[in-house]
Amino acid sequence: MNIDLNIAAALPEMILATMACLILLIDAFYGNRYRQLTCWTSIATLLLVALLAASDISTQSDVAFGGMYFDDPLGNLLKAAIFLSTAVVFLYSREYLEQRDIQSGEFYVLGLFGALGMSIMASAGNFLTIYLGLELLALSLYALVAFNRKSDRSTEAAMKYFVLGAIASGILLYGLSILYGLTGTLDITGVSTALANSEVNNQAITLALVFIVVSLAFKLGAVPFHMWLPDVYQGSPTATTLYLGSAPKLAAFAMIMRLLVGGLENFHSSWQEMLVILAILSMGAGNLIAIAQTNIKRMLAYSTISHMGFFLLGILSATETGYSASLFYVMVYSVMALGTFGMILLFSRRGFEAEELSDFKGLGQHHPWYAFLMLLLMFSMAGVPPTVGFYAKLSVIRSVLQVELVWVAVVAVLFAVVGAFYYLRVIKLVYFDHAEGEALIVESPVANKVMLSINVLALIVVLPWMGEIISFCTEVITSLAG
Amino acid sequence: MIPLTHYLILGAILFAIGIVGIFLNRKNVVILLMSIELMLLSVNINFLAFSHYLGDPGGQVFVFFILTVAAAEAAIGLAILIALFRNRRTINVDDLDILKG
Repeated sequence: MNIDLNIAAALPEMILATMACLILLIDAFYGNRYRQLTCWTSIATLLLVALLAASDISTQSDVAFGGMYFDDPLGNLLKAAIFLSTAVVFLYSREYLEQRDIQSGEFYVLGLFGALGMSIMASAGNFLTIYLGLELLALSLYALVAFNRKSDRSTEAAMKYFVLGAIASGILLYGLSILYGLTGTLDITGVSTALANSEVNNQAITLALVFIVVSLAFKLGAVPFHMWLPDVYQGSPTATTLYLGSAPKLAAFAMIMRLLVGGLENFHSSWQEMLVILAILSMGAGNLIAIAQTNIKRMLAYSTISHMGFFLLGILSATETGYSASLFYVMVYSVMALGTFGMILLFSRRGFEAEELSDFKGLGQHHPWYAFLMLLLMFSMAGVPPTVGFYAKLSVIRSVLQVELVWVAVVAVLFAVVGAFYYLRVIKLVYFDHAEGEALIVESPVANKVMLSINVLALIVVLPWMGEIISFCTEVITSLAG
Repeated sequence: MIPLTHYLILGAILFAIGIVGIFLNRKNVVILLMSIELMLLSVNINFLAFSHYLGDPGGQVFVFFILTVAAAEAAIGLAILIALFRNRRTINVDDLDILKG
């Protein structure tokens, strides 16, 4: 057997893995003397590997490690996005961790290993690679959620996340084992050809599909498998919530593309039905329960659930337009998530977490600029026209209409209207209410303020290039390897 | 020779015991960890049985990786459990109720 290793395809991952180990050592030796060193080297590493991945986007699709690993535009694009958003997460988190006396190198090292796991998922070509990437991410996240180990909320959230995450992995493995039994291969391309050629037992495939879809729903936080998400978002330190809410969604998209689309596209009619149910329930429950929340992190958790519902709309249409709409949606979503949680981090200071909705009352009078940024973020989340959030929603709903699932599109639009209520409520609190007690104080360093402004303004500045971005997403999807 | 189905039924039963153990247990977090381990091990039986009957070593390699990851997972789970116990002085599942809404 001639196995083509083609090691260079995994260059970003190898650099990242080496640097993560090195940074762990650097932190152990110099962490106390130069407190910021770990953070800045981590950010520099991430920017370097993001650059490497980005420079590789337009190249031809290729496989490496004997088919275990895809080197294609989709993987490279997602990797670049994952690395960049992780770097932004580190930048925002630095001050927060410092203020809470949990500033230690482990946060960055775990974050780097998580990013490594995500990038492995993004280019996985084999069940084994997908599983290992997923677990590397999940194990880092469990530890990150428990990062504030003196806080009982943080540890409780970590325990819940750990148990449900482990169930999800177990379910995924069970589904994969059935698929392996049916097709005799662990290779995604191999599975796809085996399913297309031979006569396989349809019921057995559906059984495997149910397990796989359930585990994906667990990981995404789609209703009815969303129980962990609000608790984890609320309980973990905000820096971890920021990390959890942004990059892993991109990785989940990659996993769906590799498993459902790459491996099981012949059975799309079966998984389409399951995803329709998940999407409708997520959009409904997410938007309705979010209305009742008073804690902004918990509200954003339910908002995430509803966003995942919209994101699934593109996938379930099972067309190239649909996949590219979902890709666009998930990228826009992670920028929005970085912005909103970044905003919460900006106003948090020692002994004060800006995590109640009422804390944001009267923001407009004291900090007009941040109030404006909040307005942009909320408009974009709700999908109000001048922001990219609108185009993201528009493109997924259009992709559903193209496959003539009109009722799904109607339900989606209705729930988007319901969702607008609680986003607009935040804007009302910010602009039309008066602050209770002390006004919010911003103690963050200049770098955070500048980055947050760029982050949020990106939601509106990219508008003139909308057409190019969407056609770029389509191009990336059409050149999928395998 | 034992037919493949017997292994698969064994795997399915163990997997079901694992899942049921997680959802029925209201007493002790350690039992949750045991149930999780049982789920992963039942998957290993599936992989091994298929791998043997298909004559393909890939499944057995996968089992090695699952075992390794399960060990890492147990380590992290127990670490979280200790942190939880230090804060709360209890590992009763029903007491994990600060976060809700």
